Amino acid sequence: MAISQQELAERKADNRRRGWQIFAIWLVLTVITDYLVWFVWGPHMPPGTMTTTAAAQQFDFKFLTAMVVPVLFMVWVYGGYVLVNFRAKPGDRGDGIVLTGNRKIQGIWYVASTVMVLFLAGFGTFELIANNGIGTGGGPSPIWTPSAKSPLVIQVIAQQWRFTYRWPQFGGMETTSLDLPTNTTVKFDVTSLDVIHDFWAYQLGVKADANPGVNNVAYTTTTSQVGRFTVRCDELCGIWHGAMYNYGHVVTRSAFYNWAHQMQVQNAGVTKLLPPFSLTYTPSYSGAGGGYYPSYDPNGSTQTY
Amino acid sequence: MAVEMTPVSGVKSPSGSRADGLKFVKPWFTGNFFTALIGGAIGYAFGHWLGNAIASGYTVTINSGYNDVATYLSLLFGIVGWFVGLGALNYPIQKLLGLEPLEPAKSEKRTFWEHWTYSTDHKVVGVQYLFGMLLYFLVAGLLALGIRTELLSPTYHIWAPETYIEIVGEHGTMMMMMMTSVVMGPFGNFLIPLMIGSKKMAFPRLEAVSFWFTVPSFLILLSALWQGGFQSGWTGYAPLSIQGGPGQSDYDVAFMLMAFSMILASINMTATIINYRAPGMRWSRMPILAWGLITTAFTMLLSVPVLIDGLYVMGLDRAVRTAMLYAGHGGSSFLWENLFWFFGHPEVYLLALPGFALTTELLPVFARKPIFAYKTSAAGMIGVATLSFFVWQHHLFMSGMNPDMRPLFMLTTELISIPTGFLYLVAMGTLWKGKIRLEVPMLFLLAVFWNFLWGGVTGVYNSDVPVDALVHGSFFVMAHFHFTIMGQLMFAVFAGVYYYVPLLFGVKMNDKLGKISFWIIFISFNSTFLPLFMIGLLGQPRRVFEYAVRLQHLNQWVTVSAYVLGFGILLYVINLVWSLAVTRTPSEPNPWESQGLEWQVGYPVPKDNFEKIPVVLRSPYYYGYENPGPIADLDPSAERVAVVSGGDE
Amino acid sequence: MGIVLVSAAAAVGLILFGIFGYLRTYPPTVSAVASSTQPNTVNLTMQVDGAVGTGPHPNWVGWYIKNGAGKWVRTTLVQIPERSYVHVTVLEYDSGGPLRNEYWGKVSGTVGGVVNLNGKSVSVLNGATGNGIAHTIVAPGLNLAVPVWGVNGQASNFCQTGPCGPSEAHNVETFTFYSGATTHTYRWQCFIPCGVGYLNGNGGPMSATGYMAGFFKVVA
Ligand code: HEM
Ligand SMILES: [Cu+2]
Ligand SMILES: [Cu+2]
Ligand SMILES: [Cu+2]
Repeated sequence: MAISQQELAERKADNRRRGWQIFAIWLVLTVITDYLVWFVWGPHMPPGTMTTTAAAQQFDFKFLTAMVVPVLFMVWVYGGYVLVNFRAKPGDRGDGIVLTGNRKIQGIWYVASTVMVLFLAGFGTFELIANNGIGTGGGPSPIWTPSAKSPLVIQVIAQQWRFTYRWPQFGGMETTSLDLPTNTTVKFDVTSLDVIHDFWAYQLGVKADANPGVNNVAYTTTTSQVGRFTVRCDELCGIWHGAMYNYGHVVTRSAFYNWAHQMQVQNAGVTKLLPPFSLTYTPSYSGAGGGYYPSYDPNGSTQTY
Repeated sequence: MAVEMTPVSGVKSPSGSRADGLKFVKPWFTGNFFTALIGGAIGYAFGHWLGNAIASGYTVTINSGYNDVATYLSLLFGIVGWFVGLGALNYPIQKLLGLEPLEPAKSEKRTFWEHWTYSTDHKVVGVQYLFGMLLYFLVAGLLALGIRTELLSPTYHIWAPETYIEIVGEHGTMMMMMMTSVVMGPFGNFLIPLMIGSKKMAFPRLEAVSFWFTVPSFLILLSALWQGGFQSGWTGYAPLSIQGGPGQSDYDVAFMLMAFSMILASINMTATIINYRAPGMRWSRMPILAWGLITTAFTMLLSVPVLIDGLYVMGLDRAVRTAMLYAGHGGSSFLWENLFWFFGHPEVYLLALPGFALTTELLPVFARKPIFAYKTSAAGMIGVATLSFFVWQHHLFMSGMNPDMRPLFMLTTELISIPTGFLYLVAMGTLWKGKIRLEVPMLFLLAVFWNFLWGGVTGVYNSDVPVDALVHGSFFVMAHFHFTIMGQLMFAVFAGVYYYVPLLFGVKMNDKLGKISFWIIFISFNSTFLPLFMIGLLGQPRRVFEYAVRLQHLNQWVTVSAYVLGFGILLYVINLVWSLAVTRTPSEPNPWESQGLEWQVGYPVPKDNFEKIPVVLRSPYYYGYENPGPIADLDPSAERVAVVSGGDE
Repeated sequence: MGIVLVSAAAAVGLILFGIFGYLRTYPPTVSAVASSTQPNTVNLTMQVDGAVGTGPHPNWVGWYIKNGAGKWVRTTLVQIPERSYVHVTVLEYDSGGPLRNEYWGKVSGTVGGVVNLNGKSVSVLNGATGNGIAHTIVAPGLNLAVPVWGVNGQASNFCQTGPCGPSEAHNVETFTFYSGATTHTYRWQCFIPCGVGYLNGNGGPMSATGYMAGFFKVVA
């Protein structure tokens, strides 16, 4: 226990020397890796840049990764250093030094981790709001909405086990395919006819749960990129959950209007049969509820499907 | 009228329980696994009959072709029968009848048979838990290989789609149930009394019952596979869970039984740690494992009742068609999401805490140094436990529920990283200038830090709403929690089992096999789960049986790694079983040169642990001190006890 | 001890074999029959019944498919060759009702976009009228969607257990679809909530292969 002043001073100097060594290795590795993360991997990170929200998600993913790299290297470099230098030599059954704490190091740790965490929370909040909910489901009446006056409204109707899309601005038709025009703000009204699903349009950077009886709104804005995107169900919904996907396309505006018109004509026969457009639908009252609950309507405002 | 309260007078002792003729029939009267099975079967049959008598004429029953009332009643009566058969009620009933029941004699010698009986000896229960949880782990692990086999191909299907989902749900539920008890059950019950200087756990009967709940829970959960399984995964989201068949009721009841087990175990744990510490075992000297388990137990006590509530509501919606979780009739599918995650998030941390506690407990032994910043470590656990009640909505960022509150939940979730980080601070400080001994348990401990680092930093990705928009519901999340749970908790358990086998069984495991199995497990674990982050980022949702063709190679890589991982774990288990059953190489009394109180009693642990309640003199982490002195006085004089418990020093 | 371990391992192996073998049980696969009159065409005859009458769930709705030998097989797994026209005859013995989503009343993906219902060509069915729609055959990957018209559930010759015969009340619906140029296993399902007694009508038979969920296996 009793160590002399001199030994203590030596130990301190040694600690400092080793500390700088670790810091130097850490700094070099962090700088190199962060450079690679930002400039080499960064442009290829998921989910791409097909829409504004996808691009924003990509940026946030990149930003977070750049923040995490120093943390990873702090633990790895330190751990590697310690394992190389402080391993017991074969046959050495002795003990290490007595060290039960260090106010300065502990203090730095507390402050640094708190600052970093608060910064990340602030940054995440800023990004969420600045990007109008960044493509996530914002409930029935989101408070962060894009400025576009009249977005293209698409209702996503999830049911076991398929998405269909309803187009209130195109005569209320319903389709199984999904085409979007370039450079357009899109409002997705996501709802479900039965269990909880989740509408995940990967390349569009849109993800919103489809809840029965709830309208969950998500916004995004397409860019001038055209191409195919995938829609998958992202919440376990039963036997065909894994097969509940389809593809959509972002196409030029004129191609989009052609497509929509053609769909309107093709679907005219069935569009007549659909109930009026509504934000939510309650299926069981029509007798199409499977007879689990009795069919009566306690709140007649919702539309029957 | 005066009531005679002294126990002995006027009480006849039950003569039968002493009878020792007919030895071989005795087990059937004292209660054990097999009599419990019989009792359970009788109860099950009765419940089934009753359910059919009540509800076989209901329209839903006729239409759907199955009777959920009968399913629930048979399981409930089955449980009652199980405990009757087990003999759990013998004691209370004898008490009610005014008899003075005899306690079974305690013995130092362990027999194989007693582990099949309803024993109230904390050392027996600890071992029962160890093997019980191992069974859960191995069965659920096999199911995981079943999942990975399906994912070898994006289009070809090994399993029928419904079977695939059932296997996924079965795997997840079994693992998540097991993980809650895998430290508190075996290590908590066996070691805590030894560590804090007590002769027993506070409530031996609760301790026995808490274990014996986990067995029918396992059997019922597994039996779901024969009843069409459940398609809702371990999260059991309504209304999908209301739609399910009888297998879903099995999920409901099995999870409920596990929840009871958790509550009973944590009542016992808190009571023991608070009240049964030996004189001198101050809070500031308490082993970190005890800190971890008491914070875990408090977290359980506050969160698990909410799960029970949710499961109960689910049961009502299923069996008698209330509509609490169904949007169409005034209920809400959000209700279940809230109830489930209000339990579910604290649950994930009550898996993490014991893992960290065990790791921090063993680390000083192999670093040969005192714990660095002991108080920070305890504070970190308390901080994690407290904060974990304020973050549950981060599982529902995309749900559309309370969208405006997301910044708040993002903040609380990220705040948890601070106390979680403390545990890294403690570990890193503890290793500094130690004399690190790279023995097998230490390898697992170091791997804990490597693995949890991935889990922790990806937790920050999940908690950041903009990034969660990308990763939620994908394999990224799945990889995240496998790194935190399997990579952290299970690795800590592997270390703990290896470390404590000499104390529990008096034998050592084979070091060479131990090292080989470690490296296989560690490398293949990382090679299984690191690519899953990528797979998730590239757009593959969880729990699917079809995926994008471009992801096939990554998925195949993962599957092969998973097979290797399975092999590694098998090797570890073989090492354990082989050392216990075949080689039985005796171990030195304290092979790791630990200073912990639990190692001072030696093997076999005496029947009452300590002849006299010891007086604890110092912290168990005095490594590197020149003259640390004994940790406790095992044979204290009366004055010493008085002085210490008077608590001047 | 060795013997104990080996026999324990053998026992565990047997149990696993049993469990996984049980879980692997699948309904049988039936191949469509090549047409004797038209090239590149296979014939497929299926019937759908209100209650299949056999197996663990005799009162569930479900499909029978006719195999090459002319026998009805309880399954929903069908094998068809690629690049072929599949000529389907559906014999419908179940009562109908409204659809969860009326959109599924529309025929799509068949040759000509129509089906032939009891001799009449139709392209959309309204489930809210008449006998209603009994089931649908929807294979999203093949872009195929066919509603199947129901029979009157009160009819005196309403079929109670499968497989049903020609004397019982039924509709005949025929259509042809193209199997496409790639080999793939396409799932198909029903979009009528016909799992009666289960929430939303989507549990039970709707969630089980062999009843209302199946695969078209397009092979080379
Ligand atoms: C300490 C051990 C941890 C455990 C055992 C754990 C466990 C889990 C589990 C099981 C899930 C998935 C739930 C599901 O969808 O089925 C999950 C998701 C999540 N975890 Fe962790 N986690 C841990 C640490 C962390 C940390 C340190 C953070 C954040 C700083 C975090 C944040 C999250 C978030 C936000 C999600 C939700 C992601 C989503 O569903 O989109 N976790 N965690
Ligand atoms: Cu879905
Ligand atoms: Cu959580
Ligand atoms: Cu159907």
